[in-house]
Amino acid sequence: MTDTPAIELKGISKAFGPVQANKDISIRVMPGTIHGIIGENGAGKSTLMSILYGFYKADDGEIWIHGRKTEIPDSQAAISAGIGMVFQHFKLVQNFSVLENVILGAEDGGLLQPSLSKARGVLKHLAEEYELQVDPEALIEDLSVGRQQRVEILKALYREADILILDEPTGVLTPAEADHLFRILEGLREQGKTIILITHKLREIMEITDTVSVMRRGEMTATVKTAETNPEQLAELMVGRKVLLQVDKVPATPGKPILEIENLRHVDEQGVERLKGISLDIRAGEIVGIAGVSGNGQTELLQVLGGYCHATGDIRVNGTPIDLTGKESDGRSRRARGIAHVPEDRHHEGLILPYTAWENTVFGYHRDAQSGSGFLMDNAAIKAEAAAKMERFDVRPPNPNLAAKNFSGGNQQKIVLAREIEQNPDVLLIGQPTRGVDIGAIEFIHQQIVALRDAGKAILLVSVELDEIFSLSDRIAVMFDGQIMGERLPSETDQTELGLLMAGMTNGQEKAHG
Amino acid sequence: MDKMPAWADAVLVPLISILLAAILSALVILAIGESPTEALWLMIDGALMRSSGWGYTLYYATNFIFTGLAVSVAFHARMFNIGGEGQAMIGGLGVALACLYIPWPHWSIALVGATTAAALFGAAWAWLPAYLQAKRGSHIVITTIMFNFIAAAVLNYVLVNVLRPKGAMDPATAKFPEATHLPTFQDMFATADNVIFRGSPANVSFFIALFACLAVWVLIWRTRLGYEIRAFGHSETGALYAGISPVKITVVAMLISGGLAGMMALNTTMGEAERLVLNATEGAGFIGIAVALMGRSHPVGVLLAALLFGFLYQGGAELALWTNIPRELITVIQALVILFTGALDNMVRKPLESIFLSLRSKGA
Repeated sequence: MTDTPAIELKGISKAFGPVQANKDISIRVMPGTIHGIIGENGAGKSTLMSILYGFYKADDGEIWIHGRKTEIPDSQAAISAGIGMVFQHFKLVQNFSVLENVILGAEDGGLLQPSLSKARGVLKHLAEEYELQVDPEALIEDLSVGRQQRVEILKALYREADILILDEPTGVLTPAEADHLFRILEGLREQGKTIILITHKLREIMEITDTVSVMRRGEMTATVKTAETNPEQLAELMVGRKVLLQVDKVPATPGKPILEIENLRHVDEQGVERLKGISLDIRAGEIVGIAGVSGNGQTELLQVLGGYCHATGDIRVNGTPIDLTGKESDGRSRRARGIAHVPEDRHHEGLILPYTAWENTVFGYHRDAQSGSGFLMDNAAIKAEAAAKMERFDVRPPNPNLAAKNFSGGNQQKIVLAREIEQNPDVLLIGQPTRGVDIGAIEFIHQQIVALRDAGKAILLVSVELDEIFSLSDRIAVMFDGQIMGERLPSETDQTELGLLMAGMTNGQEKAHG
Repeated sequence: MDKMPAWADAVLVPLISILLAAILSALVILAIGESPTEALWLMIDGALMRSSGWGYTLYYATNFIFTGLAVSVAFHARMFNIGGEGQAMIGGLGVALACLYIPWPHWSIALVGATTAAALFGAAWAWLPAYLQAKRGSHIVITTIMFNFIAAAVLNYVLVNVLRPKGAMDPATAKFPEATHLPTFQDMFATADNVIFRGSPANVSFFIALFACLAVWVLIWRTRLGYEIRAFGHSETGALYAGISPVKITVVAMLISGGLAGMMALNTTMGEAERLVLNATEGAGFIGIAVALMGRSHPVGVLLAALLFGFLYQGGAELALWTNIPRELITVIQALVILFTGALDNMVRKPLESIFLSLRSKGA
């Protein structure tokens, strides 16, 4: 190994108007290493990588690649400098084959055939070298998410990248797929490739990186050898104060069943059956966590329970059935029955982003007596109540007149939580409670959920973060392909067993649908 | 943090847009060998310096307020109602039927009746496109445009074959009875020794338009329905989550929009012509789109924009009367204003935003 860094950034600064996204950032990434960059949402990780990949131009600072000062005005320049990027949201053409996607933008001439043949050879070679097996003729839309990600990596390698940037690569993967990805990355490292891994998951950093840089509020707060640090220290560096990584809670004392779901089935608009006979009980004073890779029916389950769409089967709340198909099957009727819902997607569902915070604190309850009388809304009263709610839920800034879009992810989530929890519901549905939420706010949100459980409410938690499922749930149900594969107690299972269930395997047998 | 202070967004952007449109219009007028300053003066003199000029300006503005509000309400539910023209035509039919076939004792009661008829007919004409959008996903832009043509054809048929008095040559209804004639501004404000608003068509329906502005403001920002309309306009998935029915909001918002457009006929048909003629709407339904865009879908903005367009209409007519500037050029000037205030909004907004941003970062 040489002493010349593969990438060296010197004093990179970038401002978007008054917001300083990157402030005087310097970093050295040695060749043949996996370098982790960790930080909360909005810490400036993505901005930094976008500068490196030529999407943004830095206001200040220099980029050195393999000891040479390099200008990267656009992504073409980044590619020719040997940098490849795997985005969080894949940039693949769904109805093209793997091969066509790989050569897209890197065709050698007017005719496709020579490029395709060449790529076929290169892909075969790469597959053998790095465990990157994908059928080159398969269409992207037929591939699993994990395999699609491999195509993204192949695209970068085909363009002869020797520096690979991965942005939150495991967000959409099952634990098994994530393990496979890490094996691929290790293989790449052995071949001397340099890898930058952007993530907010401490576990991944500890597991695979050689060096880790921590970002906070646009600044690089520390760069340390992974072997010489621990998760607690990294969390503290990210947030700037001591953080409780474990949820503090007493064992649950479940009461009678509050929410009873029996043989729930739902067919979506495309005619695909998304829920294939779900049965589940949730008792008072209990958190039931639904684990699963996203896209296996969890979203639909929440939507049916929340009243967005019709379904067949039975759902009872406190023993009385609720309407699943008729006039009473909308969000308003569900709320009237004591079901509150913190949706998975707070940007498109839980909040109206251009609405002010106070307008959002009655969203869904705007027809209730608390929001006004007759046709009119009582804006002054709503605003006063909103200010009090924001105080109680520590929303920052506590300004009810600010539009929801101007709050950070964590504070947006607190607004939604404040609204739903303060309705004092019998049942709380909560989807991805901490997606895009910074660590400091995660702690607070988890405490609120546990407090609601201790107040004797039934809570259904859906999350793709296994750690979150483990630390919050009193009981875990695993969903795969619209079915519940099994229920486990957190104390009697582990990540490996849940991972197998999430992949549709029971007793070592793969389901036919896999 | 918003990019610009609210006042800049509401005042500065439209003002600069108008200025740009005026500069370009001046160049066009120069190019055909006329004097832009003289033209501007003629417009101001003809539209604003005499009470009769104001009478015309306010008459046109009344039309634009109704159609502008109509487009605004639909905009809040993120729907583009291009059918104001057709809805106003059918609203006119409602006015004509109410005035001709119901023996009203007094104009004030007739006005209430005609307003109801205009709103109901206009709303009815908006109902089918709204229903098709809500239930079948037929795009409201396409259907409302087509309904404009259908409305024109319906009106043509009704005027020629049904409502035309025996022996009359032109496709129009009979004159409305005396009891339905609305007081003009001249009737209301002129005294024996000071005859103001002489001969101008502005009439009492202007005040109905002002009241409509207030009503729309209350509806959009103070009622639960307005809250739902705006929420639906911002995010349909959000509406679904909150239990707001997309079908209901689509239909209700379009009914209100159509009703407002229909009410325009009070001004043209009941207030001015006092009978229903072909093409009574004169494109005001389309001007309403520009008015709503420029007024940023806010009733106060719509009111101001409607006054501006009223001024352009009346001033334009004066220009055609007193100069060699052809009538078509007036349309060009109006089109420029629409282009700059509506379509090219971002051309002014983006640079302004960056100016404010850099000012702020220096100040910070």
